Amino acid sequence: MEPLLKALGLRLDALLGTDRVITDPVRLRTYECDGLTNHRSTPGIVVLPDTAEEIAAIVRVCARAGVPYVARGSGTGLSGGALPRADGVLIVTSRMRRILEIDIPGQRAVVEPGVINLDVTRAVRPYGYYFAPDPSSQQICSVGGNVAENSGGAHCLKYGFTAHHVLACEVVTPDGELVELAADGPGYDLLGVFVGAEGTLGIATKITVRLTRVPETVQTLLAAFGSIEAGGTAVSAIIGAGMVPAAIEMMDALSIEAAEAAVRCEYPPGAGAVLIVELDGPDAEVAAQFAEVERLCRDAGAFEIRIAADDAERALIWKGRKSAFAAVGRISPAYIVQDGVIPRTALPRVLARIDALSAESGVRVANVFHAGDGNLHPLVLFDDAEPGAAERAEVVSGAILDLCIEHGGSITGEHGVGVDKSRYMPRMFSDTDLDTMQMVRCGFDPAGLCNPGKVFPTPRLCGEVPGVRKGPHPFEGKADVF
Amino acid sequence: MRPLEALAKVCVDVRAGEPEEGVLGVQPALVAAPASVAEAAEVMRAAAEQGLSVVPRGAETRLDWGTPPRRCDLLVDTHRLDGLVEHASGDLVATAEAGLSLEALAERLAEKGQRLSLDVPLPGSTVGGTIATGAAGPLRTLFGTPRNLVIGLTVVRADGKVARSGGKVVKNVAGYDLGRLFSGSYGTLGLIVEATFRLHPVPAAAAWVTRRVGGPEEAHEAVQAVLHSPAAPSALEYIHPGTVAALLEGVPDGVAARAGRLVDLLGGDARITEDAPDGWGLYPDGTTLIDASAPPPSLRELIGLVDGLQHDVAMTWSGVGHGQIGLPSGMTSEEVGGALGALRDVLGRHKGGAVVRYAPQEVRSEIDMWGPVPSLALMRRVKDQFDPDHRLSPGRFVGGI
Repeated sequence: MEPLLKALGLRLDALLGTDRVITDPVRLRTYECDGLTNHRSTPGIVVLPDTAEEIAAIVRVCARAGVPYVARGSGTGLSGGALPRADGVLIVTSRMRRILEIDIPGQRAVVEPGVINLDVTRAVRPYGYYFAPDPSSQQICSVGGNVAENSGGAHCLKYGFTAHHVLACEVVTPDGELVELAADGPGYDLLGVFVGAEGTLGIATKITVRLTRVPETVQTLLAAFGSIEAGGTAVSAIIGAGMVPAAIEMMDALSIEAAEAAVRCEYPPGAGAVLIVELDGPDAEVAAQFAEVERLCRDAGAFEIRIAADDAERALIWKGRKSAFAAVGRISPAYIVQDGVIPRTALPRVLARIDALSAESGVRVANVFHAGDGNLHPLVLFDDAEPGAAERAEVVSGAILDLCIEHGGSITGEHGVGVDKSRYMPRMFSDTDLDTMQMVRCGFDPAGLCNPGKVFPTPRLCGEVPGVRKGPHPFEGKADVF
Repeated sequence: MRPLEALAKVCVDVRAGEPEEGVLGVQPALVAAPASVAEAAEVMRAAAEQGLSVVPRGAETRLDWGTPPRRCDLLVDTHRLDGLVEHASGDLVATAEAGLSLEALAERLAEKGQRLSLDVPLPGSTVGGTIATGAAGPLRTLFGTPRNLVIGLTVVRADGKVARSGGKVVKNVAGYDLGRLFSGSYGTLGLIVEATFRLHPVPAAAAWVTRRVGGPEEAHEAVQAVLHSPAAPSALEYIHPGTVAALLEGVPDGVAARAGRLVDLLGGDARITEDAPDGWGLYPDGTTLIDASAPPPSLRELIGLVDGLQHDVAMTWSGVGHGQIGLPSGMTSEEVGGALGALRDVLGRHKGGAVVRYAPQEVRSEIDMWGPVPSLALMRRVKDQFDPDHRLSPGRFVGGI
């Protein structure tokens, strides 16, 4: 270990005790990547703080030494936002898992950053409440990570993102100070920019989340269509009818095939696309709208419609969708997951262009997407044993993002920019735009030590080889991913 | 070159400021009204070269909010920036220029059966001014405030450069969200010139369920009952004294059924009306307006406090924990100061706070308009980055920012 880190390690030992400071190279490798496994970097030192004060002290030690640091929750992020620095410290919040306060009359809870997303819901469910952001990794992802990434999920079409469900955060600033950021306080809405800043503005140490009343009724249907176009027509018709479903999800034939192989979800055979539509809310409201959704699906050409009679059947409908991404490993040795967004109305045009791209390049693309809000998750498949295949896949993947930008969309809807997409940021934003965003960064972190190299493009990130190694995803069996 | 000449070279609508155009008594030396984003950028660039302090102005509905500017060399009036740039109805988004009024925007959106789910408590208020003050009304219960509905923002920086963040799609986490940062920033970070909003369909049906409540305890219980019910109101308001009202929106059958159940739940004289109750969506009367926020259970103590003041105090309170209190002209500066202090004590116990939006001049000098501001140092540093010379609405915001 280089002398600077060695000296830092001693100071951190004094602060936390040696059992919570990891410097053993074998143990350090556990933390070399997050959910995006093709970017790897073994951290210089890993620390496991128990309290906000400890995180503040760690950050002060790093700041004094000029050493970069990265915060990590459960490490489920999909853009390399928690990719460690070999020359820095990785601050892991997994020991900070206390739910500090549940205030049902105030419809809020206060949690530590390492608390698992679903555990918040489990804790408040007996009172008829839940925590609305539901990324597919919610069984293992942390609320602190949700805050950093402004996580969404299938139901954010109706309920919004983490930013809409966080009322306040206690934050360790890059100066090592503990400050309180609140959505409704006087002064600038620093919380608003902190949420979704991908850990580049500081580390959340205490999070006040808004709790949402569990809807009275949930109704879910699965509709099978002959083609993606027909499914897309149904989506437009539903939105056009003035409805805001809790979720509208779509899968194409290739992703259905993968899901079938992985979890035997038994979607209707011969479907070119399946659509999952979920409505929730008061009984009377849902009943009226659900009949309408069913009719619109039939009008658009659905050849089979299944309606979940209970939670078990609902879970079955969702099973294929939620497992779809990890399942693609069954039909391809490696793949790139994209997270582009397009205006919903551009869906047919963009999907046709993706088809054409795939045909021209010979690179297969499976499509799974949050159709209601135009968030595409194309899976670009390749064989990493084949020379040049990864590069060809990366070209197709980049071209898909260009399509999204061309149609007025975004390069990321929920996975974040991280290290993975920072090089695409200049395609979406001008130099001035990026410079302006970085003014906030400079206000918070002038030394640039807090999760450096993420979000904004830097030369260091150019030319990295994409791809996921064959074999089980690190979270397979532990949770649904994506 | 003199400032007027420099500005006249880049903008056709430039003139000297009039005494009645003062921003809280500070008369602008010059007024410029750019008609496009490009022209606004040129104006801001010229202002930067001339070292002019700049205060934006929309429809003047909230120009008396906040603290007075230390200087106002140039008032940038946005009334000519009043275009609806795009309404992508199939995507439920619209982009509007800063000077467009919310009513004009609503009219255009309604043609396609859509709306921006923000109330308009003050007629004429503009897109830019609403964002800059973070203003919202009862619909905040379900839809939040401008920070929740702005999905893309275009601003002109202090140096005249045009910067965009966000975009035209609702789901988007690329880059920092400057839309939220600029919401409620009172013109101190840059000139808002264009905003893209997430829209919602205009509901097919709407109804209010209103119930009289006798005092703090009953009001609190009624609000809590609705909050924890599955009624999913778009808005839930307590209107002082003695009214709790919920707005239900949706399909006709759904609204009728939900309203019926809410009447049963609330009991008393609860009734369904097609029209909003008196005072709905308006700022309470008074010469001093206080914006208060704290979690919902604070309502009980809040009403107790208001009842205890020896004056006719008006209040509206959103059930999710945010309200406005209007203090009458009859209160002396000392009385306002005392009420404000007591209010901050109560709200502070609930981890909330109170900000004075406007007040008579003699009251302003006696009170702290903003109250305690956590992380003010960090705010100053962000301000210094965006506006190193402190020329943008200097003094209009917290801590003299």
